[in-house]
Amino acid sequence: MADTTTGQSLGAERTTEIQDAYMAMTRTKRMYGGIMLIVFIALMVSGFMLADSRNAGGFWDGILNIFNFPGEVLKEAGEKITLLPALMVKFFPSLVETINIAAASTLIGGLLAIVLSLLSTRGLARFPRLIGVFRRLMDILRAIPEIVVALVLIFVLGGGPVPAMIAIALHTAGALGKLFSEINENASLKPLEGLESTGATWSQRMLLGVVPQVAPNWLSYALLRFEINIRASAILGFVGSGGIGYDLKNAFSWGQGRYDEVAAIFILLFLTIVFFDQLSSHYRNKLVGKA
Amino acid sequence: MLEVNQLTKTFGTKTAVDSVSFKVERPIMIGIIGRSGAGKSTLLRMLNRLSDASEGTITYDGKDVTSRTGAAKRSWQSECAMIFQQFNLVPRMDVVSNVLHGTLNSRSTLATMFNLYPQSDIHKAIEILDRLGIAQQAAQRAEALSGGQQQRVAIARALMQDPQIILADEPIASLDPMNAQIVMEALRTIHEEDGRTVIANLHTLDTARRYCDRVIGMRDGRVVFDGTPEQLTTGAARDIYGADASFSEESTSTSIETLDTAAARAIREAEAVV
Repeated sequence: MADTTTGQSLGAERTTEIQDAYMAMTRTKRMYGGIMLIVFIALMVSGFMLADSRNAGGFWDGILNIFNFPGEVLKEAGEKITLLPALMVKFFPSLVETINIAAASTLIGGLLAIVLSLLSTRGLARFPRLIGVFRRLMDILRAIPEIVVALVLIFVLGGGPVPAMIAIALHTAGALGKLFSEINENASLKPLEGLESTGATWSQRMLLGVVPQVAPNWLSYALLRFEINIRASAILGFVGSGGIGYDLKNAFSWGQGRYDEVAAIFILLFLTIVFFDQLSSHYRNKLVGKA
Repeated sequence: MLEVNQLTKTFGTKTAVDSVSFKVERPIMIGIIGRSGAGKSTLLRMLNRLSDASEGTITYDGKDVTSRTGAAKRSWQSECAMIFQQFNLVPRMDVVSNVLHGTLNSRSTLATMFNLYPQSDIHKAIEILDRLGIAQQAAQRAEALSGGQQQRVAIARALMQDPQIILADEPIASLDPMNAQIVMEALRTIHEEDGRTVIANLHTLDTARRYCDRVIGMRDGRVVFDGTPEQLTTGAARDIYGADASFSEESTSTSIETLDTAAARAIREAEAVV
């Protein structure tokens, strides 16, 4: 193209040069990609073989039995399908207890997470030098499995919902704190500068400058965490904190003959998760203003 | 060739595009003008099938376009390339990869995932970039380029599709006057040399006058003017923009030439007052 306006055309020779250079670059990229793919597959296969050879039962013998247990549960539940609604009503109070544990721990853990996240976000932190300290604190809260915390607290405080609630709240504070802090990083600092220019304190700046920007995203992560906590509090029932997990453990340990109860509890848990998923997306949309 | 018949788009109770009809018999360059919210963008998005029409039909070479779905719709989209105001490139990928995206319609997902484009395509992409004067930037990331360069990459992506029609939605609205001129001349050259139809939404009258063979004026979703640039009198322009007698073409102009004449006239007027 020979016109003058767009015509910084370089001529055929220079174009060929660029073409060759780009092709060489592409070939190198493809080669690296291919090597990475081969290494990845080799690692996966060799790792699997090693794990399988050390496995007591053997993967290939066991894999065929994988559907036996769900099959048994479904078969028995199918035979006693008329009993299921009554069983679901029977277990409903313990489900409420489980949800209560989850809700209280999400709320307390979430509030703690808000404070921790604001203290550990660059640009927002009250004490910038202590950002590392607060981050390590959250790492510790996430690193300790909640079942360990719950077992220790049950030993100290005795069985019941309070130790489970504290254990889940601590883990939630660490997990949500990290996610909240990543959301805070994307908040614009301009409103904060505006508030600072009026002589606002740090807490006022955070409350009025940051929270309105990040609240919808905070809420959406907190509601996801709530769903995870429902499951976590059900699991903690196995170690003696009450709720629907305790009933599930009892039904399991009875073995055959009580699988209808197992099925009823699973259905209840599934419906709960679906319910709260719908509820959370509804309120999230409302908060974002999509109605 | 292209025939648009009673094309309508409604959002809820609001009608964005209202029974628009026009015919394009041979490859020409069309400018669509009108103020913001007149339905220009919605019309172009419907032509590309980015959004569905509420009523009416688009036919190309006698074949219906509006009812196409799935692969047939995507094949139409590959024949009718789109250029956006904000360029819509993938910022973290290099310029040549962005241009190669023009061939996606004829490639499998797996091949594109591993970046396996044929050598001939890569060579062609760089030739197109050279034609637009940005071959030097071939290996850079798209986000590292200036606005004018990015828009030329977007044009290169459109050309890589080897389309019959190029739709340009406010292609120069985010560019400075110099880059705007380069981009508009590139579109004009593509029309003249390759014989492709170019349909561009433009927000300044003088750009439409200068580069287009035919001007369509829209107001509140309706076509209120359809003719040659010569037929577009100041009266007709006032009608399109719903402006009163204080409306002057130069005041909206962003072209470098008009600036001279406007400045010269201002000086003359100032002298007359003195």
